[in-house]
Amino acid sequence: MKILVPVKRVVDYNVKVRVKKDETDVELDNVKMSMNPFDEIAVEEALRLKEKGVASEIIAISIGLSEVQETIRNALAMGADSGIFVNCTSKLEPLSVAKILTSICNKIRPDLVIMGKQAIDDDMNATGQMLSAMLNWGQATFASKLEIQDKKIKVGREIDGGIENIEVNLPAIVTTDLRLNEPRYASLPNIMKAKRKPIDEIKVEDLNIDIEPRLEILKVEEPKSREAGIMVKSVDEMIEKLKNEAKVI
Amino acid sequence: MKTLVIVDHSNNKLEKSTLNTVKAGIQLENVDLLVLSDSCKDICNELIHIKNINNIFINENDAFKNQLAEDSANFIAENFKDYTNILFSNTSNGKNIAPRLAGLLDTMIIPDVIEIVDKQTFKRPIYAGNAIATCKSKNKINIITIRSTAFEEAEISHENVGEIKEIGSLTTNNLTKYLNSELTKSERPELTSADIVVSGGRGLGSAENFQVLEKLADKLGAAMGASRAAVDAGYVPNDWQVGQTGKIVAPNLYIAVGISGAIQHLAGMKDSKVIVGINKDEEAPIFSISDYGLADDLFKAVPEMESKLN
Repeated sequence: MKILVPVKRVVDYNVKVRVKKDETDVELDNVKMSMNPFDEIAVEEALRLKEKGVASEIIAISIGLSEVQETIRNALAMGADSGIFVNCTSKLEPLSVAKILTSICNKIRPDLVIMGKQAIDDDMNATGQMLSAMLNWGQATFASKLEIQDKKIKVGREIDGGIENIEVNLPAIVTTDLRLNEPRYASLPNIMKAKRKPIDEIKVEDLNIDIEPRLEILKVEEPKSREAGIMVKSVDEMIEKLKNEAKVI
Repeated sequence: MKTLVIVDHSNNKLEKSTLNTVKAGIQLENVDLLVLSDSCKDICNELIHIKNINNIFINENDAFKNQLAEDSANFIAENFKDYTNILFSNTSNGKNIAPRLAGLLDTMIIPDVIEIVDKQTFKRPIYAGNAIATCKSKNKINIITIRSTAFEEAEISHENVGEIKEIGSLTTNNLTKYLNSELTKSERPELTSADIVVSGGRGLGSAENFQVLEKLADKLGAAMGASRAAVDAGYVPNDWQVGQTGKIVAPNLYIAVGISGAIQHLAGMKDSKVIVGINKDEEAPIFSISDYGLADDLFKAVPEMESKLN
């Protein structure tokens, strides 16, 4: 079984993002970048399937400027076998990413695509579902449990209020939620080994896909900041404020 | 210009967030509703009283019982192509179905909208709410999910407003099959839709100590939450996690106990209407965003608060 894992390079989740003064975007210069945490979970899940003998090959893919190759290298250091780097200088939104991935899937024909449920930068939560629609494959979003059974997968999905179990025919798309697993750290020998693993480069122009954005970002601004509140001196005062001033209890 | 609101429900019980989504839809004009279910009657009895709506389209089919994305998206794409806007609530159903529909219709989804600026311009949080993006849509059809906490509920009339009409037929998919659900059996409300949330952090010190908070939560009819630190320490299950990598909540009242206030956590709760911080460290960052802070030992303050509430 061949598994494709799309990985995205995003601002590290520990960084406090700041809006640029000209309100065109958030500040991305000299900011620590990492693999999207949900994508790390996706890589880990693929590795576990390989370790169980279910999967035979794991390919990590990333799209963007040449820096995204670092993210592919991270996936290779965790244990993925090879990488695909789609060289693209334009800004992409999930619709375009899904189109690019559709084109790649039609070429390399994976049995399963495991990807993060959302990227923690634009918080779109869309690419996996869009890709499933374009390929006409089944989708199992927000996965917290995954079992492969013959030509099917059984997935526990995180829904509001609990877990929903579904069965999806392969090939399929799975998007990962937090509880699926805890990703491993890449060991130093594996980081060294990853440097020799192959990464194929594809130019996005060669795929002949319309990647013109459909959403124009007019402005990126700070959220309304909260007024600094007050310190109360006692539990009694707290209860009084919550009852009579805030009126929330 | 026509707007369709997809009615969210679980087990044929109307999800309240639908009312907020309808309210958002009314800002866009000409609202019709669509109910996909194996039994629409009870839901329609509620929907029919919503003010300022036109048609309530229904399709009753056993296949819609569990709202598989493949079936719902196909059905909507086939029958509602001529709509300008298709709105979902940003619930687990909406988040599952809406982007698939957008993929089918070759349109860029606009998720988690918190403000409608004009008919093609929308505001949505990015970076877990640390920034707000204003997006102008060039889509022919806007597929939007609405963050329910950012909109009021639609008004309800005593009279019947909407007109119920059956529509379309479904060819069921053979890609995905529903098996069963394991719903959390909790007397407490669901974390993301609760009115009040009581959250604990590393300051609680152990899993047992969380019972102190649970008592307070039960007195308030609140949901329980936790910081990532408390989850990582193994005090509570992961699905209690509030924060950038956990759940985003915006209740009327958020009580953060023994939580220092790491960026990661603040990103998940800072849109709450009223925030209370209880922490023995006066310098804890949680106080900088708390409406009411109490610098005190939580093991003294929380039981006292619990006993004094009635």
